[in-house]
Amino acid sequence: MSDRDFIRAIPVRSGDKLFVRILELLAAVIILLTVGLAIITLHGGIEAFREFGLTGFIGGKIWDPGVSKQFGALPFLVGTAVTSLGALIIAFFPAVATAVFISEYAPEWLAKLVDNLVNLIAAVPSVVIGLWGIFVFVPWMREAVYQPVFNWAMEHYPSLLPLLGNPVGYGLTSATIILALMIIPFIVALTKDAIDQVPVEQREAAYALGATRWEVIRMAVLPYSKGGILAGSILGLGRALGETMAVAMLIGNKNTFPFSLFGPGATIPSVIISEFREAVSSMHLSSLMAIGLLLFVISMLVNMLAAWMGKKVRNERA
Amino acid sequence: MKGHDEMINEMRKIEEKAFIWRQIRSSAMFVVVTLSTMLVIAPLVIMIGYVIVNGLGAIDADFFTGELGSPARAMAGKETGLGHTMIGTFVVDTLALIISAPIGVAAGILLSEYPAHRLNPLLRVMNDTLNGMPAIMKGLLAFALIVRPMGTFSGLSGSVALAIVMIPIAARSAESALSNVPWAIREAGLAIGLPRWRVIMSAVMPAAKNGLVTGFLLAFARAAGEAAPLMFTSFGSNYLPDHWMGFILSPVDTLPQRLYALAVSPYKEWHTMGWGAALVLMVFVAGLFILARILTNKKLQNA
Repeated sequence: MSDRDFIRAIPVRSGDKLFVRILELLAAVIILLTVGLAIITLHGGIEAFREFGLTGFIGGKIWDPGVSKQFGALPFLVGTAVTSLGALIIAFFPAVATAVFISEYAPEWLAKLVDNLVNLIAAVPSVVIGLWGIFVFVPWMREAVYQPVFNWAMEHYPSLLPLLGNPVGYGLTSATIILALMIIPFIVALTKDAIDQVPVEQREAAYALGATRWEVIRMAVLPYSKGGILAGSILGLGRALGETMAVAMLIGNKNTFPFSLFGPGATIPSVIISEFREAVSSMHLSSLMAIGLLLFVISMLVNMLAAWMGKKVRNERA
Repeated sequence: MKGHDEMINEMRKIEEKAFIWRQIRSSAMFVVVTLSTMLVIAPLVIMIGYVIVNGLGAIDADFFTGELGSPARAMAGKETGLGHTMIGTFVVDTLALIISAPIGVAAGILLSEYPAHRLNPLLRVMNDTLNGMPAIMKGLLAFALIVRPMGTFSGLSGSVALAIVMIPIAARSAESALSNVPWAIREAGLAIGLPRWRVIMSAVMPAAKNGLVTGFLLAFARAAGEAAPLMFTSFGSNYLPDHWMGFILSPVDTLPQRLYALAVSPYKEWHTMGWGAALVLMVFVAGLFILARILTNKKLQNA
């Protein structure tokens, strides 16, 4: 900063003042948009919060825009939590392994190729992945996995059937697997960055002790990178929470309990996307805005956690 | 009691066995890691393969020029296509770029060139918060800001929604592009007596041009693939508007949103068109990303 201090000694001219005012005005739009997002979801959702109460809305198990006009957010909170955490669990080991492969094993040309391909996953639009999911992935999962498992359970453990649910193909499991694929690039990127930061001495010390290649990775590289791995995972979780189109296309959009493993469900973004266009009653619209506010709060918390984690990792390094 | 030599031999054997075991484990983990990597890459390759093969089969001349019309048109085998969608996408995306550019650049200048400005800490937090919000929330915001007051879905509201997606990304990359410009360039400008605003506009901005363009390209690529913010803003339409202003003031078709509508529709002909739309959208968005990446790499090489 010290080399920038001289700037204060420069006389401020009226043109400069105007320039800064314009910048402030334009930049303030960003602040207004962010605050505005909180305000409009709160303002829009206030009717629903008044009617059902904050805890009543969050804990309400029934979402019925048709007959009883009851609105509770719990099914979507559970659906969002289950799919995002499930996606993170599925994605975690393959993603870390891919980062290890890129940084530790692959020759340079292959590392570059794999890295670019992984980044390409993040570049494919969510709707395109959803389309592929509808016409290829879901039918395949139905034939190859859901129905055989369902039939097997029917013969041997009929008590499992309610847990497995209807094997139509659209459902929590399909959405979770696709989500896992979609968040892998974020975990890979941050893990790879962390691995690349491991000092060479750390590796050489382990090799000098007679460690095998895997032992070097296991004992010298991965522990040193765990901050980056954690930060990447939380970033991935944040992505999964808000992912809309692919999930809405594959989850089956069933907005009441009980959810089952293969059967349809819903998440906060998926219910907003599938019902907002058609919502007519003001209570329905208000309830959708209200769960939008819940998504706002959840996303903000997860992002703050990720930012705090990233900061901590950087401080530990320094 | 065993002899001394015997004991040493036995220990050596144990050690050797352990060493072999450790080597095997190391090799096995290599195999596991490699297989995991293939597991990650395989779905992508399969998916891209499907989109290219099915997409190419769905695209003909009408696809780019025709108008979608009712499903009956496609089922009767009459001329139908996504021409109006392509124009709509172009209009909405371009307008979004125009809306977001001044805001993103201004925020970037404020953060980079006026590091001590008292708005900056708040601006940074708010920008990161906005950046972390799911795209669908930005659709809700544009709905409340534009659609409600206007009383109708419109291309303009879609542009605003996409602009809100782009702004935080653009602001961040503008900041880093500007702060990468060597401090000496500013000093040179100030030394010849230019006011600060002139130094920024005529010396710093041109020097940061490549970085700024790359940043906006990335932001644009992020927004161009998004369907969620458009579903209840630009909404979609099966027909060309009567008047060109219709692309801004009335519901407009865009590629990502049309792709969703085609995929969830019950008509086989529309599913086929959906693959075509998927190919066009994927090539467009991935192309933008790859272009941005090439530019970034080039910049690194030049530096």
